[in-house]
This record gives sequence, structure tokens and C-alpha cells, in this order.
Amino acid sequence: MLWRKTQSPVCFTRLKPVPVWCRNIAETRGQDVIELENVAYSYGGGELLSDVSLKLAPGSFHFLTGPSGSGKTTFLKLCYGALVPAAGHARIFDRDVRAMTREDVAMARRRIGVVHQDCQFLDHLTMAENVALPLTVAGRDVQAEAGNLSELLAWCGLTPRAEALPPQLSGGERQRAALARAVILSPDVILADEPTGNVDWEMSQRLLQLLIELNRMGKTVMIASHDLGLIRAAKQHVQARVLRISNRRLQLAGADL
Amino acid sequence: MRPPRFLTNVLAADASADRVVPPSGFTAYLTLFTSGVMAFLAVFALALSLATGRLADRWGEELAHASTVRISAPEDQMNVQTEAALRVLSTTEGIASARALTAEEQRALLAPWFGPDVPVESLPVPQLIEVIETPEGYDAAGLRLRLSAEAPGAVLDDHTRWRRPLIAAANRLRALGLVSILLIGGAMAAMITLAANAALAANSQVIEVLRLVGARDAYIAGAFVRRFTLRALIGAAAGCILGMLAVLALPSQDEAGFLTGLGFQGGEWFWLLLLPPVAGLVAFVATQRAALRVLGALS
Repeated sequence: MLWRKTQSPVCFTRLKPVPVWCRNIAETRGQDVIELENVAYSYGGGELLSDVSLKLAPGSFHFLTGPSGSGKTTFLKLCYGALVPAAGHARIFDRDVRAMTREDVAMARRRIGVVHQDCQFLDHLTMAENVALPLTVAGRDVQAEAGNLSELLAWCGLTPRAEALPPQLSGGERQRAALARAVILSPDVILADEPTGNVDWEMSQRLLQLLIELNRMGKTVMIASHDLGLIRAAKQHVQARVLRISNRRLQLAGADL
Repeated sequence: MRPPRFLTNVLAADASADRVVPPSGFTAYLTLFTSGVMAFLAVFALALSLATGRLADRWGEELAHASTVRISAPEDQMNVQTEAALRVLSTTEGIASARALTAEEQRALLAPWFGPDVPVESLPVPQLIEVIETPEGYDAAGLRLRLSAEAPGAVLDDHTRWRRPLIAAANRLRALGLVSILLIGGAMAAMITLAANAALAANSQVIEVLRLVGARDAYIAGAFVRRFTLRALIGAAAGCILGMLAVLALPSQDEAGFLTGLGFQGGEWFWLLLLPPVAGLVAFVATQRAALRVLGALS
């Protein structure tokens, strides 16, 4: 079974210390990491999201689904402070986005790992350097954390491709590298926008497994996906809430999911 | 004396942080070329300004304390009137010395126009008397009256008439040189701002990725600012060295005639050492402002 075959021993066996990048931050326990309250957002005069409310509790697992263009990506951007709601309140780690300076938003993003469907990388850096980019911008000593980095690359099955440039990576490798980059700072929350959009079924299962493992480590995970098969497969392994954006509003998905 | 903090921050850059911005691109060459050319031009503007400054000072100094008495008289009265004028001058308060120029000296004065072999003795040229003033100076109106009485062919030229416009012209040239340096600095700032804007626009995806992983605006701006500042420093240093070589290659004082003194003398060469750091400072300010403006405008 793919799940068993690819399961990483790194964080589940306690034979060695849990690496820094997969430790949960204890202080987020008990308070909502992201909270949207009656949020609305408009693009070019047309309202895309309306009266959306949601609380992401620490350690929770959410799927966000809905048709293309329904506002899933916009919703995620509201969750990590890339967009400011037109109405309502968005709170990230208990701070209203409107009251946050650009510096605050940058600091908050170090606690939120984001995986985009198009997996943007810096093409002049190697894959390992791209994965370590959050460490670099945070002013951490990448050399000192080389052990954690190589362990993370191994966990994602990327060790042989560490020195490859992003254009040389396959779609699945890019998605796993994006995931590795998203978690290297041990964020409290992982937001993934169609993380399996460009990969085959087997690779999508492998990526999903990585995200489930991260959730078991205590990370809050939200995956935006229109792939209902993927969501059904995930629900066999993790207790996840499935949300759907429909007619500009956020609602719990039906029992079929 | 410790260097400014911003300069140490720029020079003590984190190599890994610098790598986040792609290294190549036409903006790199544009910045190097612009700062090099501007430094080269600035060397000449500085040379012009310093040389005209020296010229103005020298003219002012020399002409302010020297006058000329010109004796235009029939040949048989020339010596009599010259001696009479010298007597008047020797008894005038405010005049340190007065002497009649020799035929050789007068020939040297006419040489630029008539050549070295002009027979001054056979030409009806006036006799010139060089008058050196004391620092307090003399009463020019009173002296003219006394000369007209004792030597009717004597005309006092205290140089005022043509000294003022010459000094004014030299001073304006000096100001023009300084203004040119300011304009060169402004043009360099404009060019580097354009290059920085182009670099930021070309690297919008890099900026997006950096923001996604939690980079602060100061970090992103810093990566660009360091790069442009160092390029400007290097370009300006190269332009400055080429400019110095070009100034050294100018004709020497003996050959140049009018161009005498265009260049640097003594401690003036040290002014050139300031050009690269100033170019770096201009690039630093221009890139910093451009980067923060562009980053502020991005969502």
C-alpha cells in the first residue's frame, strides 16, 4: 500500500529527537490560529465572497472545495494576509489583518506555510536552496540547520534532486519541494492551494500523505481542492472538515463528503 | 573614524541573502556603465572647477596688486616722459615699486601676435611701466592727475576694467563645474532609479516568492540596494581611474598654453577619492527609495 510504503519514519518513530521543523508550537494550543468573521471580498466591483465566517482551531484539518473560480484561492489569501477583506474581520494569530503592518504580515507568514498550485520557485537557486529560503529570509543560519534540511528533503523523497534547479524538476517533485519549503520553519498552519493539481493520482496520494503526517504532528492544515476523490481518500485517514464555497458563501459540505 | 552604519551594512552583506536576487540582467551592466561614465565626467567637471578656481584666485591676486602705465609719446620724448612717470610713481603713496619693461620683455609680450623676431625697437610701440602696489593700494584718480601733469603721454591702466569680467568669468566657470557635478550626480541617480525600477519589475516573481515565505520589505529592498550600491561603487571607481588617466594625459603646462592648469594639483587629487563613495551613496539612496516605493505599491 502506498501509504505504508512511503510513510516517513522521521517523525513517527521516537528513536531520535523530533526535528525542529516538525515540532508544533505549544502556545497556539487552545486559541484559533485563523479566524474569519463575516468576511466579504470583491474583485472589480463583483462580490466574490460574502459573509464568510470560519475558525481554524490548532491541529485541525480542513478541505476547501468548490467549483473553479468560486473563490478558493481568494479565501486562502485572506487566511494568510495577502488580501484584506472588504468587510468583516480576518484575524491571524489573534490579530486583525487591518491592524497589521507589512512587517507584521511578513512575521505572520513565517508561521503559515503556503503551497501554491503553480509552486513558485526562484529558478536560479537549487531546489535545496529554495526549500531553505524561509530560513534564509528569517536570518537563520542555513549551514547550522543543514541536518534538518537534509532530513526534511529525505522525508519528502527529494534527496537525490537537492541540487537540481526548479525547471529540472517534475511536477510531483515541485509540489513536494513546495511543501517542504512551506514546513521548514515549522509553521503552525499549512495552507495548500490545489497541491495535487498538476500531478498524477499516485503522486497526489503521496502529497496528501505528507500533509496528513504534518497534521498528526499538530499542524493545522487546510487544503483547497476540487478533487473530490482526493478528499474522500483523505477522510479514510484523517478526521477532516470539508467546506464548500458556493454562491459566494462558505458552507459545510454534505454527507457524501 | 568609523564608516557610516549603512555603508558597513551594505559592504558586510550576507552572501546567501544576496543570492535570492538573480545575479545577471541588463540592469547590472547599465548601472556599472552609467556610474562609470558619470564618474569619468565628474572627474573632468571637478578638474574644470578646481582649475578655474585656481585661475580666478591667481588672476585676482596678481591683477589686484599690479597696474600698468603706458607711455605713448614721440620717439624723442619717450625717455623723458618715462623717467618723469617713474619719478611720479616712486613718490606716490601706495606704490611698492615701478620699473620700465625692457625691450626683451616687451618683445616677449608681443611674441604671441607678431612672432619671436619682431624688431620692437623699430616699431612705434608704447613704453610700458609695471607698477606693483602695496597691500593698501594707491589713489588712482590722484595718480592720473599727477601723471597727466608730469608726463602727458602716460596712461594709467589699473586693470580694473578687464580684471573684473575675467575674474567673474573664472568664478562662473568654477560654479558651472560644481553645478555640472551636481547634475551628473542627479543624472546618475535618475539612471540608477530607472535601472532599479526595471530590476524590481523584472523580478516581480522573486519578490512574490520572497513575500510568500515571510521576507520583510527591508530584506527584499536590501538585497537590491546592496547589489546596486556595489555596482555603482565599482563602476565609479573604474570611471574615476580612467578619468584620472585622461587628465594625466592632457598636454603639460608648457605645451598647453591656454589649457595651463586644467587638472589637479597636490592635495586636489584626494577629491577624486570621494567620487566612488559619493556615487555609492547616490546609488544607495536612489535604489532604497525606488525599492521601498515599488514594494509599497505592490499588494
